[in-house]
Amino acid sequence: MVAVLQVEGLQTWFGTKDAPVRAVDGVSFSVARGEILGLVGESGSGKSITGFSILGLVDPPGRVVGGRVLFQGQELVGAPPETLRRIRGKKIAMIFQDPMMTLNPVLSIETQMVEAVLAHDDTPRAEARARARDALGLVGIPSPEERLGAYPHQFSGGMRQRVAIAIALLHKPDLIIADEPTTALDVTIQSQILFEVRRLADAFGMALVWISHDLGVVASLADRVAVMYAGRIVESGGVDDILDRPAHPYTRGLLDALPATARRGERLRPIPGMAPAPTARPSGCAFRTRCFAAGPDCAAAEPEPTRAGERQWRCFHPLAEAAA
Amino acid sequence: MTVFVIRRLLQSLVVLAATAAIVFVGVYAIGDPAEMLIAPDATPAERAQVEASLGLDRPLPAQFLTFVVNALHGDLGRSFVFNQPSISLILGRLPATLELAFVAIVIALALGIPLGLLAGLKPRSATDEAIMTGSILGFSLPNFWQGMMLIMIFSVWLGWLPSTGRGTTGTIFGVETSLATWDGLRHLILPAVNLALFKLALVIRLTRTGVRETMPLDFVKFARAKGLTERRIVLVHVLKTIMVPLVTVIGMEIGSLIAFGVVTETIFAWPGIGKLLIDSIMRLDRPVVVAYLLVVVSLFIVLNFTVDVLYSILDPRIRVGRGA
Ligand SMILES: Nc1ncnc2c1ncn2[C@@H]1O[C@H](COP(=O)(O)OP(=O)(O)OP(=O)(O)O)[C@@H](O)[C@H]1O
Ligand SMILES: [Mg+2]
Repeated sequence: MVAVLQVEGLQTWFGTKDAPVRAVDGVSFSVARGEILGLVGESGSGKSITGFSILGLVDPPGRVVGGRVLFQGQELVGAPPETLRRIRGKKIAMIFQDPMMTLNPVLSIETQMVEAVLAHDDTPRAEARARARDALGLVGIPSPEERLGAYPHQFSGGMRQRVAIAIALLHKPDLIIADEPTTALDVTIQSQILFEVRRLADAFGMALVWISHDLGVVASLADRVAVMYAGRIVESGGVDDILDRPAHPYTRGLLDALPATARRGERLRPIPGMAPAPTARPSGCAFRTRCFAAGPDCAAAEPEPTRAGERQWRCFHPLAEAAA
Repeated sequence: MTVFVIRRLLQSLVVLAATAAIVFVGVYAIGDPAEMLIAPDATPAERAQVEASLGLDRPLPAQFLTFVVNALHGDLGRSFVFNQPSISLILGRLPATLELAFVAIVIALALGIPLGLLAGLKPRSATDEAIMTGSILGFSLPNFWQGMMLIMIFSVWLGWLPSTGRGTTGTIFGVETSLATWDGLRHLILPAVNLALFKLALVIRLTRTGVRETMPLDFVKFARAKGLTERRIVLVHVLKTIMVPLVTVIGMEIGSLIAFGVVTETIFAWPGIGKLLIDSIMRLDRPVVVAYLLVVVSLFIVLNFTVDVLYSILDPRIRVGRGA
C-alpha cells in the first residue's frame, strides 16, 4: 500500500527551551490511500497538536522540534510557508473540534466557501459559488442555494460542522484530518455525520485521520487505530485486533471504560487516576502509575515499539490476548 | 425596528429638554449679560430700556418659558452680541468645524489602522515598541502643547505651512470648504493633524488590541487550514472582526471631535463653532451658548443612532428583523 501520509518521530513542544512542555513527543504513524485511521486518546494526550503539526498550524510558543511529516513523499516539516499554503485545503483539509468557533461570525457562508475555492483555483466567482453550493448539498444541507447567503449564527452546531465538512470537501483533498468533529454534537447528529463522512471518503477515495477520545466512534468508522497516551502512540493496528485483542493495558482500560462494551449489570471500570500533564510524566513508561500490569522494570526505561505483523505496541508487559 | 426608533426619539427629546434647562440656568448663574453689553456710562433709563428689549428684566422662569415656546417654533433666540438668530450664526460656522473633524478622523483611521495592524501582528517586536511609544506620546502630551509644537516646527522654523485661519475657501457641491483650494488645504493640515493626534493614538491601540484578541481564535486557524493567504486572513477575516468595536468607538469620537475641537480651533484661529462658543461664553451671549449645546447634543444623538445602525450592519448576529 502506498502511504499518503507518513509521520515519523514527530515532536511538538510548548514552553521555553529550558522548561519544554512536550505535548507531542515522538509520534509515528502512516496512513494509506483511501484508509481511515482512528487516532484515540484521553484529553490532553496530544491528538489535536499532532493534527496541527502535520499542517504546520501550531501557534507559537508551540513548535515542531523534531521528526518528519512526509505527505506523498514531500517533507512538510520546515517547508516554505507558500508551499504549505498550497497544500492546506487543497490536498490536506482539516475539520476542527468545535464547530461553534471554526467559522468567522461576521462573514457569510458564501464568502467563507468561495474564498476557499479561490485560494487554490483560478475560476470565475460564479463557478466557485456553484461549487460551494454543490458541496453544501453533498453534506446534506437542505436548500443550499438559500443557505449560502446565511451567517454562521443562523446554523445549529450540527449544521455548522456540516458546513466545515463541506469546506473540507471543496477541493476533494487526498487527506482529511478530522479533529473530533462530532464531539460537540448530540448522538443522532453524530451518527449521521459519521455515516456521511464514511460515504464521502469512500466515494472520493480520500484518506482520513479521525481524531477522537471515543473508541466507540472510532470502532464504527476506522480501518486502523492508533492509541495515544502522553504525547506518544502506545499501540496501533487493525481496528478488529485493537478492539478484540488489545496488547497495551491502556487500550484495555479504554475499552473497559466504554459503556457499549461493558456487559449488562456489570459496573464500568474507569482507568484509575488522571492522564499526567506533559510536565509531570513519570519516568520510564508514562502509563505505569495507572497500570494494573506494571512491574519494577517499567520505571527503569521507556518501552520501545514491539512489532507483530501489521500491529505494534510499546509495553514491557503486553496482555496475553494479543498473542492469540 | 420601528419601536426602537420611536423609543430613541422620545429619549432624545428628554435629553434635549434637560440640556436646555441646565444650560439656561447655568449661564444665568454666571453673570448678567447686560453688564457686558451696556456701556458703563449709560444712564439707568438707557440700561432699563436695553434690558427690556432683550427680555432680561423678567424673572428667570418667565425668560425660560418664552425660550421654550419660541424653541418649539424653531426659534432659538437672537444673539445679544451680533443681533442675528443664534442658530444661523452656528450653522454658518458649522462647515468649518465639520471639515476639520472629518479630515482629522480620516487621518486617524488612514494611519491608525495600518499602524495598529503592524503592531498587533508582531507584538513586542521593535516595530511594535516604536508604534506603541508613539501612541503613548499621542495620548499623554497635552493637545494644546502638541498644537503649539506643530506651529513652532512647521510654521515658524520650517515655514512650510500657515498656522492661522482657514485660507481661501471654494465650494464643493454648494458647500463652502477649504478642501476646494490648495491654499485652503495648506491651512487645514496643521489643525487637522493636531486634532487627529489623540484619535490616532486611540485607533492604533484599538486596532492592536483587536488584532491580538482575534489572531488566536479558531476561525483564523481554520482560515489558514483552508489555504488562504496571510494577507486575506488579516485584511478580511481579522479586519472585519475588529471593525465592530472600532466603529462604535470612532462614531462617538467624531462627536467629541466636533464638540471639543475648541482647543484646536482656538490655537489655530479656526473659525468654527468651537471658537464661536468660547467667544460667546466670554460675552455671556446666552442664546448662542444654549443653541450651540442643543446643536451639539443633537449631533451626538444622531451619531449614536448611526453607530447603532452601522454596528448591526457589520455584525450579522445583531442584525434586526432578518431571520434565517
Ligand atoms: N498553547 C499551549 N501552551 C502550552 N501547552 C499546550 C498548548 N496547547 C496544548 N498544550 C499542551 O499540549 C497537550 C496536548 O494538547 P491537545 O490539544 O493536543 O490535546 P488533545 O489530545 O487534543 O485533547 P482534547 O481531547 O481535550 O482535545 C496538552 O496537555 C497541553 O498541555
Ligand atoms: Mg483536541
